[in-house]
Amino acid sequence: MEKIDIITGTTAAAMAAKLSNVEVIAAYPITPQSHCVEALAKYVADGELDAEFVKVESEHSAMATCIGASATGVRTFTATASQGLALMHEMLYIASGMRLPIVMLNTNRALSAPINIWCDQQDSIAERDSGWIQIYAEDNQETLDSVVQAFKIAEDEEVLLPVMVNIDGFILTHTVEPVAIPDEEKVREYLGIYEPKHAYLDPDRPITQGPVGVPECYMETRKDLNDAIEGSREVIKRVNEEYYKLFNRKYGNGLVEGYNLEDADTVLVAMGSVCGTIKYVINELKEKGKNVGLLRIRTYRPFPKEDVVEMLKDANNVAVLDKNISLGFNMGALGIDVSSVLKNKKVCNYIVGLGGRDITPQDIEEIISHVEGAKDGETKWINLKE
Amino acid sequence: MIEIRFHGRGGQGAVTAAQILATSAFYDGKYSQGFPFFGVERRGAPVMAFTRIDDKKIILRSQIYNPDYVVVQDAGLLSAVNVVEGLKKDGTVVVNTTEEDMDLGFKTYTIDATGIALDILGVPIVNTTMLGAFIGATDIVSIDSVKKAILNTFKGKLGEKNAKAAEVAYNTIKNKE
Repeated sequence: MEKIDIITGTTAAAMAAKLSNVEVIAAYPITPQSHCVEALAKYVADGELDAEFVKVESEHSAMATCIGASATGVRTFTATASQGLALMHEMLYIASGMRLPIVMLNTNRALSAPINIWCDQQDSIAERDSGWIQIYAEDNQETLDSVVQAFKIAEDEEVLLPVMVNIDGFILTHTVEPVAIPDEEKVREYLGIYEPKHAYLDPDRPITQGPVGVPECYMETRKDLNDAIEGSREVIKRVNEEYYKLFNRKYGNGLVEGYNLEDADTVLVAMGSVCGTIKYVINELKEKGKNVGLLRIRTYRPFPKEDVVEMLKDANNVAVLDKNISLGFNMGALGIDVSSVLKNKKVCNYIVGLGGRDITPQDIEEIISHVEGAKDGETKWINLKE
Repeated sequence: MIEIRFHGRGGQGAVTAAQILATSAFYDGKYSQGFPFFGVERRGAPVMAFTRIDDKKIILRSQIYNPDYVVVQDAGLLSAVNVVEGLKKDGTVVVNTTEEDMDLGFKTYTIDATGIALDILGVPIVNTTMLGAFIGATDIVSIDSVKKAILNTFKGKLGEKNAKAAEVAYNTIKNKE
């Protein structure tokens, strides 16, 4: 039976990993994800989860351990944030290059310097090109559902790629709210047991994984990797539908979620928890007779190019919110991506919420009124002190 | 939507109070959020925590700037922090103090929560006691749900003592009225 509990985003992720019957967890604690691995360590210690919990000395080792474990063909999970994710950087490319279906919770947090433990999305954006599928959840319920879905997507024969589920640090990780927790047996039946069919480490059938890729073959492996993540869009959509049939919850088409897009001349584009605040403002404005829409990007990679074009086709003012900044370009990553796929349309970029700067309904209203009077290509930093 | 702001000192359990209140509202069949102020937390320093309660799913993610209610766990904060900042005009404040009356420019309830906590818990940790007093003053959730949430937060005897402290504070406020 599904039950509802009032929990934080980190607990929701830990519960999802437990429901998914992960077999190896290797992690190093870092704020704001520590509660996630602490909960998992407790599940293992209490005998509630039959998994190997490997304590490591750094995030680099955490990902190296996940790679080794996943390569033997077991379901593997880890969690990190910010500096921890940055320290994993070279290992992330190895995980995707070896086509290992590792699932990781990243609790979005700013990068130093100056030291800042609070939320922005610079950490995961910096790993944009690593070959990991990136999902951004809006609330704690979606966090739980996305971690379960992530295993289904990652382990799909057509995908075989690692998946990073991103949730906003503190805003979700430290907030308790009601979350429906699906029945464990039902989740385990849905996911099944991960059984790699192709390349995996087995003493009875010795192979080498991730060896030298000489110029004669390296480029083809990169093309294969790109084809896999490009092709994952269909799998992500399918998993979203399957999950809806079984658990009665879906998130747009899996890649994007449209909110109040019909007849909306002005549309905001954003990722993560700020989408809740945007929906709140949209609802308030609607009561006053003003129509504004939201296009929530759920999977940043693979980027939902076709959906962005299709769903924004009637919008005249597109405001893209970024909790990151591409230094030297004066735009956030999402702003750059949306601008590159939308032709002949006004797209403005808003840098918001860096390092935990709160994003209020007033900030959203300011963005809406600015974009309606702005010229194409403007970038504005919101709620910046003079 | 009802918004509550807790003022306390790092280590006094303001965040736990906000979470227990959110859980209590959930037990009452409502939607809720409980979260800390996203800032620096140090033992003894002024801290804040927040709860939102509504009949529909709560999607707003900003911090709370115009609360309906304020809970002050430590009267010593009154000289350091403007606890009523942004409080709605018809808002209510509940303060832990030995003073009988207090004029903060808003409807204000006072309670000697430290005295109750020392008496029942043996330590001056007032978060659950103040929660009981707050519910006595406002009735925004049921005291039974608060007790249940406390018992689910603190296991065993500790939970029972904290639930008792909340109930005593609840009755103290009710008897004043």
